Amino acid sequence: MLEVDNIECRYGKVDVLRKVSLSVGKGEFVALIGANGAGKSTTLKAISGLLPPVGGRITFEGEDITRASARRILEMGIAHCPEGRRVFPYMTVQENLEMGCYRRRDWKHMSDDMDAVFDRFPVLGERRAQAAGTLSGGEQQLLAIGRALMSRPKLVLFDEPSLGLAPNNVQKTFEYIMEINRQGTTVLMVEQNAYAALEMCDRSYLLESGHVSLEGRGDDMIHNPHVQQAYLGMEV
Amino acid sequence: MNTLAKWLIVAFLVTVPLWLGNQYQYHVLIMMGIFTIGAMSLNLLLGYTGQLSLGHVAFFGIGAYTSSLVSLGFDLQLTDSYTFVVEPKPVWFAFFCALIVSGLCGWFVGKLSFRVRGAYFVIVTISFAEVVRLVALNWVDLTEGPMALNNIPPLASGVPWMEAGALSRRVANYYMVLAVGLVAFLIIQRLVQSRVGRAMIALRENESLAKSVGVDVTRYLVLAAITSAAIAGAAGALYAHYVRIVDPDVFLFIYTVTMVIMVISGGKGTLAGPLVGGLIFGILPELTRGHMLPEVQWIVYGALMILIVFFLPQGIVPAVQRGWATWQKRRDQSARDTSASNGRRQEVAR
Repeated sequence: MLEVDNIECRYGKVDVLRKVSLSVGKGEFVALIGANGAGKSTTLKAISGLLPPVGGRITFEGEDITRASARRILEMGIAHCPEGRRVFPYMTVQENLEMGCYRRRDWKHMSDDMDAVFDRFPVLGERRAQAAGTLSGGEQQLLAIGRALMSRPKLVLFDEPSLGLAPNNVQKTFEYIMEINRQGTTVLMVEQNAYAALEMCDRSYLLESGHVSLEGRGDDMIHNPHVQQAYLGMEV
Repeated sequence: MNTLAKWLIVAFLVTVPLWLGNQYQYHVLIMMGIFTIGAMSLNLLLGYTGQLSLGHVAFFGIGAYTSSLVSLGFDLQLTDSYTFVVEPKPVWFAFFCALIVSGLCGWFVGKLSFRVRGAYFVIVTISFAEVVRLVALNWVDLTEGPMALNNIPPLASGVPWMEAGALSRRVANYYMVLAVGLVAFLIIQRLVQSRVGRAMIALRENESLAKSVGVDVTRYLVLAAITSAAIAGAAGALYAHYVRIVDPDVFLFIYTVTMVIMVISGGKGTLAGPLVGGLIFGILPELTRGHMLPEVQWIVYGALMILIVFFLPQGIVPAVQRGWATWQKRRDQSARDTSASNGRRQEVAR
């Protein structure tokens, strides 16, 4: 479904990604793990068009999206849920969700989808008229996830969904992402919490200083000595 | 504010000439109206997209010059053998030319703002205004430079029932400003309450996030800049046909500052903000004029501004709205308390 082929990205003169390749199949749950600064978020930004790569090629469902605009990529069905529970703080919860389907025109289904989000997260429903900036961190993260889903994406890119959340909220968020995946949405997730990510995913990639150093099925990765030592904090 | 209140305000403004006889008061009202329209247009950029245009007066002045030149007629010697001649055109036509030309300049500046934001955008707009002022000052063949364009036809000429003398010129001007102001308000309201307005606000709050949900940032910035510039140009054209003389001083920085003060003190990013700000800072100088020396007047003016920014950083309108909401909540709360205690009392009685 998504093929990332040897992409290179730069912030100014600093090389961040050096020939990163990965692929995500339809319906899969793929995790991208790695240390800080390895280029995980940058990879997602390159895919969603926020930071067009300087080299390499990205194709989605057979179409080249390497230099497509963020808007075009969203229209094709890739939603990006950016890092750090980003919401529009002065807009209400409902307006934030509406921004998520900004490109959509089918008003009727939009309100159904919004009701689905509120069903899923009743706490958002209770606060639909409240400014998003007044929600707690966990609620803002739920809102950001809900917003990403409002565009009815085929593929969702989650960037560190557990960042800064209380443990029970982390669990809830992960369960929700798994459920989205079970219902047929393809997921590519970046996560610091390597153990949880590897347990949840079908396949995963390990990113180290700008390139893919290891890939494999989630449970194989958990048993890989290098991963255990460097990312799961186990003595081998 | 509900619709009824809005229409009451409009009705009140329409009936002003029935009881206002003083010519000088008309002058104050008209100038205030013109600058309020300018402030409304600035609010679209500053309040909704978050871009501070400190050269907003450029659009105002371009509107004033365009409308004056087209209504007066001008000729430009482009080459030795060819001269571009424009015959004097009716005022309404000149007015629309002003809208289009300032809108085009807005498009140009908007395109620039795609590349530079924040402080750089501010500098670009200031420079733009300054360059336009220097052009107006030095292109004597076209603009008469510091000699100014004189005898600009008044706004009412060309509108039959106003020209006939049924209304005095000032009343006619007053209604013109009111009409343009209303139309501008409705256009801005339509714009900011639509998806476009939502996109602009998203852009102001978090640009990269707005991009990631698919907002075409450049397109909306440019759209806002065009609309804002065209409305400012309309205000400039009204100004030119009202005072009937235009010189390069219309590009003075102080006019931009006046508009910025109106927007910020009234409440940027609210529809009513520039109206309230325009009302206060349009009338205040005139009210204090009789009581104090001009120097003292400016000090009071400045002190008031500092107080507003210090105590109501969001501006007057949001502060009033918040106060109103709290008051209502408290009223509802006390109503509920009384009914609850009444209920309890009845139970006890039973």
